[in-house]
Amino acid sequence: MSFSKEQLERYSRHIILKEIGVKGQKRLSEAKVLIIGAGGLGAPAALYLAAAGVGRIGIADADRVDLSNLQRQIIHSTNDLGKEKALSAAESMRAINPETRVEAQVCFVSADNIGALVADYDVILDGTDNCPAKFLINDACVLAKKPFSHAGIIRFRGQLMTYVPGQGPCYRCAFREPPPPDAVPTCSQAGVIGAMAGVIGSLQALEAIKYFTGAGTLLTGALLTYDALTQEFRKIRLPRRESCEVCGTHPTITAPFDYAGAVCEIAP
Amino acid sequence: MKIIVGGKFKDYPEGLRLSALIKQENVETPEYVTVALNDDFAEARTFDEIVLKEGDNVEFLYFMGGGGE
Ligand SMILES: [Zn+2]
Repeated sequence: MSFSKEQLERYSRHIILKEIGVKGQKRLSEAKVLIIGAGGLGAPAALYLAAAGVGRIGIADADRVDLSNLQRQIIHSTNDLGKEKALSAAESMRAINPETRVEAQVCFVSADNIGALVADYDVILDGTDNCPAKFLINDACVLAKKPFSHAGIIRFRGQLMTYVPGQGPCYRCAFREPPPPDAVPTCSQAGVIGAMAGVIGSLQALEAIKYFTGAGTLLTGALLTYDALTQEFRKIRLPRRESCEVCGTHPTITAPFDYAGAVCEIAP
Repeated sequence: MKIIVGGKFKDYPEGLRLSALIKQENVETPEYVTVALNDDFAEARTFDEIVLKEGDNVEFLYFMGGGGE
């Protein structure tokens, strides 16, 4: 496939970058990314990846757009209130770039569907709003040998890490298992700054773009933390844990599973 | 002795245990904090046994469950 004159113009600011070029742009056009959650993290990530010319993007969410979402979930607009987030997000992505094949998945991920979902894509972005879902995505991606970007946000702070099979730790290596329900605050309880969600979601999109184009180095073996109050980024080295339940030498988790209570924790 | 906590040098008395450092540093939800000590994760059940030494590098990692909603 070669680029049309229009495509060369659309992606000219990428193509001019020596780290991307025509070759990198072509890789993006062949890339398949699944974004789980069309919320604070998924919204900017989905917009940037569609704009960047990623060939296929799946966006999974079963929620509907609520007025309290619009402070940060910039992929939805006031006209979308009440609409399924996956559909609303897909519309915005297609409006930015009609060349991207957008697949709206109106569903919450669970142990039953996550294997089939991730199998269809090259890279997965975790934009979910609860810890049990983050462990589910971690386990499913590790087991299916899929690279994924983990991220979490709360109040003025966010963090992310990238897992690539065979290259460093998974999320469970560090965090082991989800805390009990309500042990750590959620964004609806504690609040979150919209623009900070934008920073972290954009960083997830960058990790995907870098993975496909080979530009730079990824956040494998590192947790990048960001504090919007002090504008401090820190890259914390993360070791792999040999005894990890899913990616360790003798894994005990051999299939994705749901933690009890995970489904009802997903706030509308 | 000097140890590094969250990327910053801190002065603490010799013999400080990891569990005491967690208290001194006012770690949020200490029951659920993940501790990276030098190039390894410290097991929660050993926080009370680990005696920190000069130059140790301690990082507190927190659950951040938010992202969507
Ligand atoms: Zn692991």
